[in-house]
Amino acid sequence: MAVPTKPKSSPKDFIFKSQIWKSIFRHGKPNTHRNRTLVMLSNVFLHLHPIKVRKSGVALSYTWCMGGATFFLFLVEVITGILLMFYYRPTPQYAYTDIMQLREDVSFGVMRELHRWGAHAMVIAVWLHMYRVFLTGSYKPPREFNWNVGVILLVLTLLLSFTGYLLPWDQLAIWAVTVGSNMARAHPVIGHEGPGSPLVTFVVTILIAVHFWRVRKDGGISGPL
Amino acid sequence: MESIKHLIDRLSSPQILFFGSLVILVLFLVNLRRSTSWKVILGSFAALAAFYAWALMDKNFRSIVLVPDNVPITLLLVLVMFFTFLGFRKAAANDVRIGKGLGPAEKDETDLRVFVWPDLVYVEFICLILLTVILVAWAIGLQAPLEPPANPSKSPNPSKAPWYFLGLQEMLVYYDPWIAGVLLPGMIIMGLMALPYIDPNPKGNGYYTFKERPFAISMFMGGFLVLWVSLIILGTFLRGPNWNFFGPFEQWRIEKVEPLLNVNLSEYIWVKWMGVGLPKSILVREGFGILGVIFYFGALPPILAFTAFKKLFRQMGWIRYNVMAFLFLMMMALPIKMLLRWSFNLKYIVYIPEYFFNI
Repeated sequence: MAVPTKPKSSPKDFIFKSQIWKSIFRHGKPNTHRNRTLVMLSNVFLHLHPIKVRKSGVALSYTWCMGGATFFLFLVEVITGILLMFYYRPTPQYAYTDIMQLREDVSFGVMRELHRWGAHAMVIAVWLHMYRVFLTGSYKPPREFNWNVGVILLVLTLLLSFTGYLLPWDQLAIWAVTVGSNMARAHPVIGHEGPGSPLVTFVVTILIAVHFWRVRKDGGISGPL
Repeated sequence: MESIKHLIDRLSSPQILFFGSLVILVLFLVNLRRSTSWKVILGSFAALAAFYAWALMDKNFRSIVLVPDNVPITLLLVLVMFFTFLGFRKAAANDVRIGKGLGPAEKDETDLRVFVWPDLVYVEFICLILLTVILVAWAIGLQAPLEPPANPSKSPNPSKAPWYFLGLQEMLVYYDPWIAGVLLPGMIIMGLMALPYIDPNPKGNGYYTFKERPFAISMFMGGFLVLWVSLIILGTFLRGPNWNFFGPFEQWRIEKVEPLLNVNLSEYIWVKWMGVGLPKSILVREGFGILGVIFYFGALPPILAFTAFKKLFRQMGWIRYNVMAFLFLMMMALPIKMLLRWSFNLKYIVYIPEYFFNI
């Protein structure tokens, strides 16, 4: 009589077959077609992606990764911006001294540098993203609307960067913003101080969602038909 | 050595910079096979690196280019060069394939679908790591600038807008704020938004090509490279106190005076040519300028529709064509005014200070 023997449990099984692990990850390793599909469907961060993409759309030489870089830099700006907000008071009385303290008193402090250079890099990345999308003709049907969302995002990126310029309250800040707003002052409607940057950030976040959504709904990363 | 620096200072004047970048762009686009060969690509980057290495030994050059906020402009220049070469190298290869009837290289892979995990997720992950490393290295290596506290009574000379608006600030040399600061930027945005709707060409959708859409790409490159990026570089590196032009090796001396000899069109016509003095009535005085502007925006589109843009007009139809022609003329208004300024010292085409209306 064959007695059913209890299978030996390895340390690996102890982790990956535990109730805890299986409650978090609802599928096995993503090395089969089924699991590669499931990993996209069951993960909130990955589910922005489709399950499969055009091979041509994966090539870095095609996409330049500039849209992704822009999004990454946007996240960097939001995270470093929130952290900086704890140490910075945006009033003429404190702004400059707060920046001074961030600069002098924090050892290895690179948060402001990350924020500032990230903002510059984001502007460049947005332009290069637009350049790539133009060169590949990816604004053509059916992606006309998403190109327009992108143009609005481009303008809002410049606007966000511009509002950040004033924050250090140093000579560069006040005069760069003076020159910029003097140019805009000639505008009949928006020639006055607009709403603050948190509102713009909120709008940008929503538009990014729309932008990504439409990339998928308009047929994924562009490719020849 | 000094004489070479003087020569470069001369050569980088706005006029030569503008025509130079335009000529380079045209030469670049005429023969893409040659202009995106490895020889040209490596040569360009080697030349740029050699120039920077040599120029950075100069005190004046260093004092402008190494300003922390100006470092991104060098980065912008390098990246734009790199991606222009990359994109047009692919376009040139695709154009050859299309000529042979093969279709673009992207077409071979367009029906192949790969799983996002691992193919795309890994690429994204690697980009994320690389960008993080670059950004952190940049943040550690270069401290964010902090100037003396804000002082509304002490304006620095030159006062510059943030670098990404310097193209617009450069336009202020040629146009009043309501045009350079409001109308033209508005037109850039409107033009970009209208672009997908006025480009009737179905080709070149989803792959790099130049020959299948030469007009659209030339226009975009002219706007982006010549009228935007190069003006930003000019505005950052070569505009000093009083917004005077300074060569890359020139010291930014506040005493440098450039005589303003600009003359309005009405003065040219009534005073210089007719010798009768300015008429009292505004409409008579500025009549020629106003007629010129009306001709430019009103009569040129139909004229072009029957001449240079004949084919485009047929392809686009009436509404699309007129929107395109208006945007095109708006864009050309900047180089035209630049040319008029440089060759005739023309200040305003229409000058009505009574109503703050100057073109």
